[in-house]
Amino acid sequence: MAEMLSGGDMLIRALQDEGVEYVFGYPGGAALHIYDAVFRQQKVEHILVRHEQAATHMADGYARATGRPGVVLVTSGPGATNAITGIATAYMDSIPMVVISGQVEQQLIGTDAFQETDMVGVSRPVVKHSFMVKEAAEIPAVVKKAFHIATTGRPGPVVIDVPKDTTAPTVFAEYNYPKSVKMRSYNPATRGNGRQIRKALAALKSAQRPIFYVGGGVVTGDGSEPLRRLVDALGYPVTNTLMGLGAYPGADQKCLGMLGMHGTYQANMAMHEADLIFAVGARFDDRVTNNPAKFAPQATVIHIDVDPASISKIVAADIPIVGNARLVLEEMAEQLKKDLDAESEDDKTQRAGRLEKWWAQIEEWRTEHGLNHNLAPDPDKPILPQLAVQMLYKATDGDAYVTSDVGQHQMFAAQYYHFPEPRRWINSGGLGTMGFGLPSAMGVQMAFPDATVACVTGEGSFMMNMQELSTCLQYGLPIKIINLNNQALGMVKQWQDMQYGGRHSQSTYSDSLPDFKTLVEAFGHVGIKVSSAGELEAAFATAFSAELKNRLVFVDVWVDPHEHVYPMAIKGGSMRDMVLSKTTTAGDA
Amino acid sequence: MRRILAILLENEAGALSRVVGLFAQRNYNIESLTVAPTEDLTLSRLTITTVGDERTIEQITKQLHKLVEVVKVMDLCEADHIERELMLIKVRAAGDARQEVKRTADIFRGQIVDVTAETYTVQLVGPSDKLDAFLRAIGDASILEVVRSGVSGVGRGERVLSV
Repeated sequence: MAEMLSGGDMLIRALQDEGVEYVFGYPGGAALHIYDAVFRQQKVEHILVRHEQAATHMADGYARATGRPGVVLVTSGPGATNAITGIATAYMDSIPMVVISGQVEQQLIGTDAFQETDMVGVSRPVVKHSFMVKEAAEIPAVVKKAFHIATTGRPGPVVIDVPKDTTAPTVFAEYNYPKSVKMRSYNPATRGNGRQIRKALAALKSAQRPIFYVGGGVVTGDGSEPLRRLVDALGYPVTNTLMGLGAYPGADQKCLGMLGMHGTYQANMAMHEADLIFAVGARFDDRVTNNPAKFAPQATVIHIDVDPASISKIVAADIPIVGNARLVLEEMAEQLKKDLDAESEDDKTQRAGRLEKWWAQIEEWRTEHGLNHNLAPDPDKPILPQLAVQMLYKATDGDAYVTSDVGQHQMFAAQYYHFPEPRRWINSGGLGTMGFGLPSAMGVQMAFPDATVACVTGEGSFMMNMQELSTCLQYGLPIKIINLNNQALGMVKQWQDMQYGGRHSQSTYSDSLPDFKTLVEAFGHVGIKVSSAGELEAAFATAFSAELKNRLVFVDVWVDPHEHVYPMAIKGGSMRDMVLSKTTTAGDA
Repeated sequence: MRRILAILLENEAGALSRVVGLFAQRNYNIESLTVAPTEDLTLSRLTITTVGDERTIEQITKQLHKLVEVVKVMDLCEADHIERELMLIKVRAAGDARQEVKRTADIFRGQIVDVTAETYTVQLVGPSDKLDAFLRAIGDASILEVVRSGVSGVGRGERVLSV
């Protein structure tokens, strides 16, 4: 006979059976039966945060870095609503997450009971799916389904709302964890259509000016390895979206860097001039395409995505392929290898000739207006934020996990840190959530205790979740925080400089910033303040020294407050319409 | 472009709110919505009439498919189909108007299902445009109340939406 367990114990046992290592959460009344079950076992470790939003970002960082679902446990009412921003962040970036929220007893639902919120209703637009538990006996099946849905197809967050009476220690039910899930209404796509794949390969081989446009779907779908085979076999240029950085190695010559609003000149120009765009796991976001009506006018578009709704949503795909990035790319890489082996010398020579011309053009763009990755410190000038990121890259040998918050520092990090592998760059791309950087770094560090984890942030974003410095002390998380301190909400200020006549409405607070060095010291960590470019290298050397390997170090870098992020897309234009500096623009606009 | 979408949905609490929420969240239009369980009580059938260009309708269909509880979606307007809507209309029917309302109801093959000395309640079934035409024929002045069920639809011939 099956074991008899209470609902609270079942929930935690089910997490054990799912192989969950960590649950990030915060207790409260409606979740107390569950927390008691947490206490009476050792397999699943609970990480106590200081705010529920941070719990979701920690779980999110853990999920992005490992590919395994992040798990969150919060109480009802404010616990649940505090988690919403983190759930929405995960939803926008397709991150697998399971959020368990306590709920008031079923007999109290609808009575405006203490700490009652309709969590299923509040979270509905920002979850992949949600469940409300009705009785203890259904808990194992619900948990199994939640993990299945969160991790398959296009991943996403799933909420399980658990009324307190279903976890009562006095009510028992049989515990059987299901081995598999069968849902007639949920059958996510896996393999791509063979005919479409052959069509795509033919188009790839005959292209004059091809480009691979690679998004976060290749990271979440673990398609990086076959992508590399495909790209390397053809020798074509690659551009990564903000979410796709690392899917193809950033330092490789074939990589043109990030594209889009703050993408590199060569990536945006190549997209605009391309006659073939091979889009995989990317969704033609408005931050990429600029005006869709002027997007890549000559291009045939191949679009591979696990979510059919992403295909032809913004830009019509000529060759759509619905499927998992890894499975589709693997099939394509294998087929391509056979095709190339069988290809005539004549065809090979012709393709090489076309490619040579295309690369010559791209290299011209790169030389003309590409980013300078060899910035030299100038002790007489304010510190360039780009220089700080470049220093971080050197100090970590390009081998760190880097999380970021949202704003200028995020774009500088994306532009100047070359990621060699997927899952190394962790940022809130879709929702653009300030306050994401520190807690997501904590989740990464939990997953990989020995890895170098850096959080590139700005003072504005950092102050949105800095209470988690206390959690970092509790769990000994030696994160290195690089605070690009420009004493302002930099990206807002940049827009105000460029579009609002320099009227800095509510974007500055320089006379009221804390002394971050003292602040982090008060939390029991190490603080370093850097105010001149000459000190930068030494500060990074200290921060990443063996001595401080086990300490959280906060490097407060006072950067040039007037620096803007360039290139910047010109609104309403095509991808080649860019502002390149405070005095130069490119394109027709 | 008006479209009629037929949807098979898991007959579970909260499933309908996800469908309706999707339309609101993505700024799609709902002109009418009907829902009831099918012969298989684990399934509900929804019929939604909506308006949008081809691309919007394609997006709506794809987004509906993404909802975990949606089992199947069919755009009835893609092929021959039958659409029906039921209307109950209570009209002032006194004096000369009484005969006129009766005649109009007969022309539209409506049935009078409730009678008082002053009113008729007419039941009318048909495609939405027939119901619209009846309302125009009756004229605003005499209408007391209009209750429309929203459109239900089914494909013609062998075209079937089932699991």
